[in-house]
Amino acid sequence: MSAALKLENLTKDFPVGKRMFGPPRGVVHAVRPVTLTVETGETLGIVGESGCGKSTLARMLVGLLSPTDGTIEIEGAALDNADPSEFGRKIQYVFQDPISSLNPRKTIRQVMEAPLKHLHSMPKARRRERIAEIFDAVNLREEFLDRYPHEFSGGQAQRIGIARALAAEARILILDEPVSALDVSVQAQVLNLLARLKAELGLTYLFISHDLAVVEAVSDRVAVLYFGAVVEVGRAEDVFRAPRHPYTKLLADSAPVVGRDLKAPEGRETELPDPLNPPTGCAFRARCPRAVDRCAAEDPPLMEMGSGQLAACFNPVPEGEAAK
Amino acid sequence: MTTLALIARNRLALWGGIVLILVILLALVTPWLPLYPPNATDPSIKNAWFGEEGHLLGTDHLGRDILSRLLWGTRVSLAIGFASAVIAAVLGAAIGIVAGYFGGRTDNILMRLIDLIMGFPYILLALAIVAALGPGLMNALIAVAAVNIPFFARNIRGVTVGIAHKEFVDAAKLAGMGHVRIILTEILPNVVPVIVVAASTTVGWMILETAGLSFLGLGSQPPDPDLGSMLGLAKDSLITDPHVSYPPGLMILIIVMSINLLGDGIRDALDPRLRSGALSRPAAATTVDRRGAAPAFRDEGILEMTDLSTEFRLKRRTYKAVGGVTLAVKPGECLGIIGESGSGKSVTALSVMGLVASPPGVITGGAVYVEGEDTVGMPYRQLRALRGDRVAYIFQDPLATLHPLFTVGDQLVEAIRVHHRVSDKEARAKALELLKQVRIPNAESRIDSYPHEMSGGMRQRVGIAMALANDPEVIIADEPTTALDVTVQAQILSLLSDLRRERGLAIVFITHDFGVVAQLCDRVAVMYAGRIVEEGSTSDILRSPAHPYTKRLIACVPELGEGKRALAAIPGLPPAVDRLPDGCHFADRCPKARDVCRQDDVALMGQGGRAVRCLFPEAEVPGAPEAVPGPPVEAEPITADRVEAAQ
Ligand SMILES: Nc1ncnc2c1ncn2[C@@H]1O[C@H](COP(=O)(O)OP(=O)(O)OP(=O)(O)O)[C@@H](O)[C@H]1O
Ligand code: SF4
Ligand code: SF4
Ligand SMILES: [Mg+2]
Repeated sequence: MSAALKLENLTKDFPVGKRMFGPPRGVVHAVRPVTLTVETGETLGIVGESGCGKSTLARMLVGLLSPTDGTIEIEGAALDNADPSEFGRKIQYVFQDPISSLNPRKTIRQVMEAPLKHLHSMPKARRRERIAEIFDAVNLREEFLDRYPHEFSGGQAQRIGIARALAAEARILILDEPVSALDVSVQAQVLNLLARLKAELGLTYLFISHDLAVVEAVSDRVAVLYFGAVVEVGRAEDVFRAPRHPYTKLLADSAPVVGRDLKAPEGRETELPDPLNPPTGCAFRARCPRAVDRCAAEDPPLMEMGSGQLAACFNPVPEGEAAK
Repeated sequence: MTTLALIARNRLALWGGIVLILVILLALVTPWLPLYPPNATDPSIKNAWFGEEGHLLGTDHLGRDILSRLLWGTRVSLAIGFASAVIAAVLGAAIGIVAGYFGGRTDNILMRLIDLIMGFPYILLALAIVAALGPGLMNALIAVAAVNIPFFARNIRGVTVGIAHKEFVDAAKLAGMGHVRIILTEILPNVVPVIVVAASTTVGWMILETAGLSFLGLGSQPPDPDLGSMLGLAKDSLITDPHVSYPPGLMILIIVMSINLLGDGIRDALDPRLRSGALSRPAAATTVDRRGAAPAFRDEGILEMTDLSTEFRLKRRTYKAVGGVTLAVKPGECLGIIGESGSGKSVTALSVMGLVASPPGVITGGAVYVEGEDTVGMPYRQLRALRGDRVAYIFQDPLATLHPLFTVGDQLVEAIRVHHRVSDKEARAKALELLKQVRIPNAESRIDSYPHEMSGGMRQRVGIAMALANDPEVIIADEPTTALDVTVQAQILSLLSDLRRERGLAIVFITHDFGVVAQLCDRVAVMYAGRIVEEGSTSDILRSPAHPYTKRLIACVPELGEGKRALAAIPGLPPAVDRLPDGCHFADRCPKARDVCRQDDVALMGQGGRAVRCLFPEAEVPGAPEAVPGPPVEAEPITADRVEAAQ
């Protein structure tokens, strides 16, 4: 297997309180050094709570944001000029809000033609054929092409978004919460469509979501993000069943599951650390029931936990202790 | 409705438009009208009165025909006014779009420059520009256009910033489009309405400003007339011959008035909020149009709905959002309402206290008994006394219910004092107590925080505290945790569960998440297309769902701990509630549908709180037709024909 996507120490800082001259008032470390590899044909799930840097990471991967530091390698070639049209041919993005990702004043045909015209300089007749092919692949009728976005339901609009990403002929798709705006019954339709396209076209997915169950159902491997850094990576079936990082365990214990008694796994009100003033050592320390002295002094790196699972923790959850 | 029709509906704008078109037509045909030459002087008939010597509007101090000068002057004034509006709009919009799209330093520098221009008093700046360039019509035009650029630049920049951050702009970048192309094809079409509105509301002022400059002798130069210079000359003989100033003055008034009236009409017509009717003020309580008598009180709970029907009456269509819902909750009980978006969960909940916006909402039937009193059609004063006091709401987005400019403490105090006469001090003590009850850490200091200073979870706790402020008996929670992270959701759910136990609250909990229902609710009602299709105890419904929809809905939601797998999607979409099919509403998506299913309304059948609305249920329900197990629900990839069926 070859790596479709390789990130090394990818970092993004945002200056806050910018001034016209002089340095900014502070810096938010939205993504702290992230190192990850996604194999060709794999689905890597990324979970984390709001504000943990999921979307920032994703936007760097398609060149919509330039990284502060680190490298991105796509299908063996380094790409770090943050030029979306350069990235666009290799990696595409499917947006969370299907309706607002379509220009209200353009017909679906205009939307679909853009990547064919600008990324592949395809002649008109060929574009027509190609669009018909793609629409067929995502189960959309061709007569939709002359309509405007507001005429579509969320599920249809999301299928159009997927069709647009396919038109670029990118082999890697970043799916940023692709179903969270959809209704549960439609959500399953779109997830199944994505699975089928992946198998038929040999795509690689980076699937971002805050819904653990959805991520688990679609991913081969899952990376858990906390406060801008990967705290655990492992096989999808293992990560939530046998989490090693205390944060992953907290997530797994909090998910509402039929047949499990209701109780807050975390008694007190806890808040994410202040991004302007990050704590020393482990970012999860203030919430961690397993914290030890060392956690205050050092930032734990990702460490091998056996059977291919990695966790960034000095005092990991013991192997036998499954999620409740 | 088309923009033109919307403008025409506004009477004043329509008249403004008609008058303006007449004036413009007149100005256009002036060269062909049988008029005296505008600059021909005739010293023998100075300042002639209206109609004297064949001069319909008299003559001025040099004996020139005023009618002729008026029409020629109008031509000039209109041309200059529109030209400067176009120039200002184009340049201002260009600056605004560039600043808003690129942001950062570009934005900073451009906007500082604009601020600099705006720092000068308006007319002084125009005077300064003309003074620098020298008097003359062209220079007046430049000056008027220049002083109006900042107005356009600022407006358009604001709108552009909003659009530039939309996802479709990112998508265009990823489709390989360059900045220029994105600006021209993605951004510009979306800001044109704003440019048109800004231009149509300012062109009147620009005509006035040009006239002002000419009045001062800085615009059109003698002998050529424009409205401003005609007024300027007339002022010299204002005392002796005031009539000379009437025609140009009146013409300016007519032009500016008609343009402004039309401009307001255009603005209103293009305002999306107005289009959707969102700006019309809703009534204080939902309109009730109940035919027939109210259903009797059954005494089944502290909150009891019987056959509640609510619809939205729009111009051409009627959306039956809630089509006869019967439900009851007892004290200390938690009832879950589950369903997809648009199934009518929220409208049901809002109908209880008459909170559905009217127009277009109308409660068309049924009754809602709160402690035995029917709230449907209750006088507003009485209803208001019940709101918050007996029945309180918690919404998905607490920010929408909290005022951004008051501290949470002040808002709690306010909520308490609406229903109870207590002193400020007592109310504040109660507010503090409430914040502690919803487990806000450091309540003493948090009470003086503003909503935006709190995290989403904290705000939702404040939302719950507000709901508890008057010790209600019933709490209706509409997806209160949907916007929250799982860890926070777990905290809020356990808080609600504790409160219910401690206070004996009856909770109606609306959600689309079976996991949440399973953990929190005693009973569940499943809604589909405005009706309850199944109800029963949570464990019954989860263990043996009887309605094909419930069964498939449960199957299509992934649950944690089952590993990677395909999901059993429900093909198609729910029916639109303005075109409900006859018979069973689920028939188009149901694998078991037979012809009888599509004939008559299917009733909710069952007994003892367990019921199903299906002729061939999946599981045995006493009082309902015999179970006919359907095909197993299994994951299968969607195929083209199934998707088509949905569309
Ligand atoms: N102000 C309104 N004007 C017109 N139709 C409306 C209005 N509000 C709601 N509706 C319609 O009423 C129906 C029921 O809406 P409702 O908000 O109750 O659904 P819901 O089950 O709460 O969905 P969600 O899960 O999305 O919150 C929908 O068809 C909706 O489009
Ligand atoms: S490193 Fe320490 S504080 Fe961080 S998660 Fe592990 S045990 Fe907890
Ligand atoms: S009544 Fe018929 S169509 Fe409706 S759910 Fe039951 S079996 Fe399906
Ligand atoms: Mg709702």
